[in-house]
Amino acid sequence: MWKWLHPYAKTENAYQLCLTLQPWLWAGAILCLITGSVWGLAFAPQDYQQGDSFRIIYIHVPSAILSMGTYMAMAVAALVGMVWQWRTAYMSMIAMAPVGALMTFIALFTGAAWGKPMWGAWWVWDARLTSELILLFLYMGVIALYGAFEDKQQAGKAAGVMALVGVVNVPIIHYSVEWWNTLHQGATISKFDNPSIAPEMLWPLLINLFGFALFIGALTTVRLRSEIVCREQHRPWVQKLAKSYEEKH
Amino acid sequence: MQFESFSSFLAMGGYAFYVWMSFGVTFGAMLLFVIVSYRQHRSLLKHVIKEQERQIRIQNARKKSRTL
Repeated sequence: MWKWLHPYAKTENAYQLCLTLQPWLWAGAILCLITGSVWGLAFAPQDYQQGDSFRIIYIHVPSAILSMGTYMAMAVAALVGMVWQWRTAYMSMIAMAPVGALMTFIALFTGAAWGKPMWGAWWVWDARLTSELILLFLYMGVIALYGAFEDKQQAGKAAGVMALVGVVNVPIIHYSVEWWNTLHQGATISKFDNPSIAPEMLWPLLINLFGFALFIGALTTVRLRSEIVCREQHRPWVQKLAKSYEEKH
Repeated sequence: MQFESFSSFLAMGGYAFYVWMSFGVTFGAMLLFVIVSYRQHRSLLKHVIKEQERQIRIQNARKKSRTL
């Protein structure tokens, strides 16, 4: 069933796959992000309570959801690396980590910029905010642990264990607004059957969510290619690749 | 369009600072990350080329020392 995946365990094939996907992911990401942001900023109706400040939702919610989504993807890559002993899986894990950290940072920053006018505070130590901050530390921990080993296969294993252990934080973030009394508002769109948001507001949000996802995919392909080149620099195909790059520039 | 004029669009109902700061930092950080990632890739390829040339130089030097 999963046989089609196996050729991509070979770094050369994974590299080629990244190259093929990359332009489509970038095109889709740019298109979606521009459409979603312009729609959200200029055409979506005002919120009856929060006025125009609610427009931060169009970057805050997608980046927050995808900071968790990227973490799960990273953990799946770590698991694949451990179970099947795929070096490529660890490489994609470490390619995703900084991108996920970026998303977490954006979620925290836009959250602060939204919290200041609405709650009157940039930051409060409440369950949702604190668990999201821990997610940022988990990403940093994975990156730092990977960087601390000279042998990158060992590094992948160690960082992979850390990534897997950290998965416990993801449901805590998600349910933090239900389990604890927090200042943070409840879920908006994860209740798919009955979202508590008007459709005119929801559409740009979904488009931006999709755009952020494509952006993460695109940036991951770039970083994965770098990781592959770095780890495989003595392989003939990488040297040929570098040479053809030199001839082009 | 939800706003009557471009200036009211920029004012964001009084929340201009927070809204524009959020969008600015978000897309600024994303763009910066993209640029850094591509630069890294480029310098990595250059490093691979340099390393390759160095290996060739080392081999040539060894051959020479053997013939002397």
